[in-house]
Amino acid sequence: MDTTALLLADGRFPSGGHAHSAGLEAAVAAGQVNGLPELETFLRGRLATAGRVAAAFAAATRRVAADEPEPAATVTLLDEELDARTASPALRRASRRQGRALLRAGRATWPAPLLNRVPAHPDGYHHPVALGLTAAAAGLSPADAALIGAYGVLTGPASAAVRLLGLDPYGTQALLARLAGACDAVARAAVADAALPPADLPAHTAPLADIHAENHATWEVRLFAS
Amino acid sequence: MRPETPHDETVPHSHPDPSVDPHAPLADGGRALRVGIGGPVGSGKTALVAALCRALGDELRLAVVTNDIYTTEDADFLKRNGVLAPERIRAVETGCCPHTAIRDDISANLDAIEDLEDALGPLDLMLVESGGDNLTATFSKGLIDYQIFVVDVAGGDKVPRKGGPGVTTADLLVINKTDLAPMVGADLSVMDRDARARRGTLPTIFLSIAEDRQAQPVADWIRHLVGHRRPGQVTVG
Amino acid sequence: MRAHARLSAEADGRGGTRLSRLRAESPLLLRQTGATGGTVTVHLVGGAAGPLGGDDLRLDVAVGPGAALCLRTVAASIALPGRRGERSQYTVSVTVAAGGVLHWLPEPTVAAAACHHAALATVDLEQGASLVWRDELICGRHGEQPGDLTVSTRVRYAGRALLHQTLEIGPGADGWSGPGVLGGARATGSLLRVAPHEPPVAPRLLGPTAVWMPLAGPAALITATADTSQRLRDYLDAALPALADT
Repeated sequence: MDTTALLLADGRFPSGGHAHSAGLEAAVAAGQVNGLPELETFLRGRLATAGRVAAAFAAATRRVAADEPEPAATVTLLDEELDARTASPALRRASRRQGRALLRAGRATWPAPLLNRVPAHPDGYHHPVALGLTAAAAGLSPADAALIGAYGVLTGPASAAVRLLGLDPYGTQALLARLAGACDAVARAAVADAALPPADLPAHTAPLADIHAENHATWEVRLFAS
Repeated sequence: MRPETPHDETVPHSHPDPSVDPHAPLADGGRALRVGIGGPVGSGKTALVAALCRALGDELRLAVVTNDIYTTEDADFLKRNGVLAPERIRAVETGCCPHTAIRDDISANLDAIEDLEDALGPLDLMLVESGGDNLTATFSKGLIDYQIFVVDVAGGDKVPRKGGPGVTTADLLVINKTDLAPMVGADLSVMDRDARARRGTLPTIFLSIAEDRQAQPVADWIRHLVGHRRPGQVTVG
Repeated sequence: MRAHARLSAEADGRGGTRLSRLRAESPLLLRQTGATGGTVTVHLVGGAAGPLGGDDLRLDVAVGPGAALCLRTVAASIALPGRRGERSQYTVSVTVAAGGVLHWLPEPTVAAAACHHAALATVDLEQGASLVWRDELICGRHGEQPGDLTVSTRVRYAGRALLHQTLEIGPGADGWSGPGVLGGARATGSLLRVAPHEPPVAPRLLGPTAVWMPLAGPAALITATADTSQRLRDYLDAALPALADT
């Protein structure tokens, strides 16, 4: 992990993530997350589900995009496999919106010709695919892509929790520090998975992720886009 | 998802290249003029957007992006008031950080602008209304071409003197609710003097949108900017 | 225990369906229990005694062009631990040809304490095939914390991935009962409906913890969590009342 990786992992990288709570706003509204203890189980569950999928698909996309001469078909296949792993249309929308924003920022930051080998997706690629493509353009490794993917699954909702619940920011950072080992483990497993055919990549799911996302999408008043 | 074909430059496609610098030279018939409207909570940003829609809606191809902290509140206000067709208004969620969405991470706003352009075709004017924030909130030049900062008389006649990036650097400062000045004991001449001191040659407009439902001086300022971008006119760079 | 059962249904040429193959192996015992309106119903009667740690059970189902099969179980399956903590596995492979219909409506799987079970299903649908696929999972018997259980379902339609979901519960799955995954619910499940000839549905909320979602392909999925198996069933049934009596 080097400076380039830190830039892409940074929550200040302008890729639209600040407007997404990854289901936390809905979990708070449902009364299921009120403080740090519930935030911890929320984040552990996210990491074991969305985190595993995001990390594996980011690493796999990075591998294909940088290492194969004709990556387009496999990248499209990876994107389709993520559609199949994302039952909620609200989550598919949120993932593609974030992917589109990430690739916009990624292209502007690391304008690598390698990105021209992959067709533009009309709605934006799913976020993990966009992350893998951006990592490839930035010259990062599959391990970097996996770690940044898993890390984002943790820090996105943690940052939203600080804003929504007024949590003690030191307590939140201490919680993230406690989860660091689990995050590293997810990223390591993802690197191993990244060589599998797209169909065999992790598909871990959380019923409440779909349920919360669909509920959230119907609200008239909400602070976060997801 | 939709079937994907390899990128073919001979086929017209509707999504702009995200790597294009939004401040590339503005060619005739290029993208819409983007004007950001910011300012503190309650100063009259949404009222100004509504007034501009009334004034300019029939003469310019116009669309609006709102950034209210409560997602759709401003957009709903505009729709309810019938000042602009609903398909010309997009709301952007800002995750409790309205200033982030217009300054540090503008991606959601750029997406909303692209979506409006895709849906509506070429536009003359894109108004981007920020969520109500504080005196330090300004727009990124990656998002807009010009910005208007709206403060109001009821916020106290010291606001221009306090300065801050919005008051000091906005391309146009609008001081709204002049009709309330006598009631709140605000001295408009003090505000005018302080604004000049802060802003140098940048313009300031005193206004009561409650009385001028089309915010005519602001509409004229925008007409002037848009006119400079029309074919056959001088192009601003 | 190892068992491999096979079941094939074909159109009989007179608007009905016949079972062209029915090879059962204990504990996967299959019984034809009905044939109405062109649909053959088969019950899996092995039910409640397992799967038990160490079991390796396989079931292959093939539905031919124009055939209609409904597969049910007579009782809930209770995943139980083996003596030495061995893993049990239940692998289901399904193909449905164009114009074929499969209703897969088993009773719930219950994850008993200390179980170590995986239920893996792959479903291949040709273009024009129809499917109803119900999955219900109960986390522990009464007053019991469940062991480790994985339910993984992969459905392809016309050669493309349509739905792929893996749910893990139990002590080996970090955060599984927390607000990010099940929110403390004891029952969770889904009902997939692949109906290529019907117009796409709009997303719909069926209750505070139940949603009906259009997938990216020609299908919709209901996902729900609930306090009880009955409430879960109500959620899954309520959205598709016509299926309740198939």
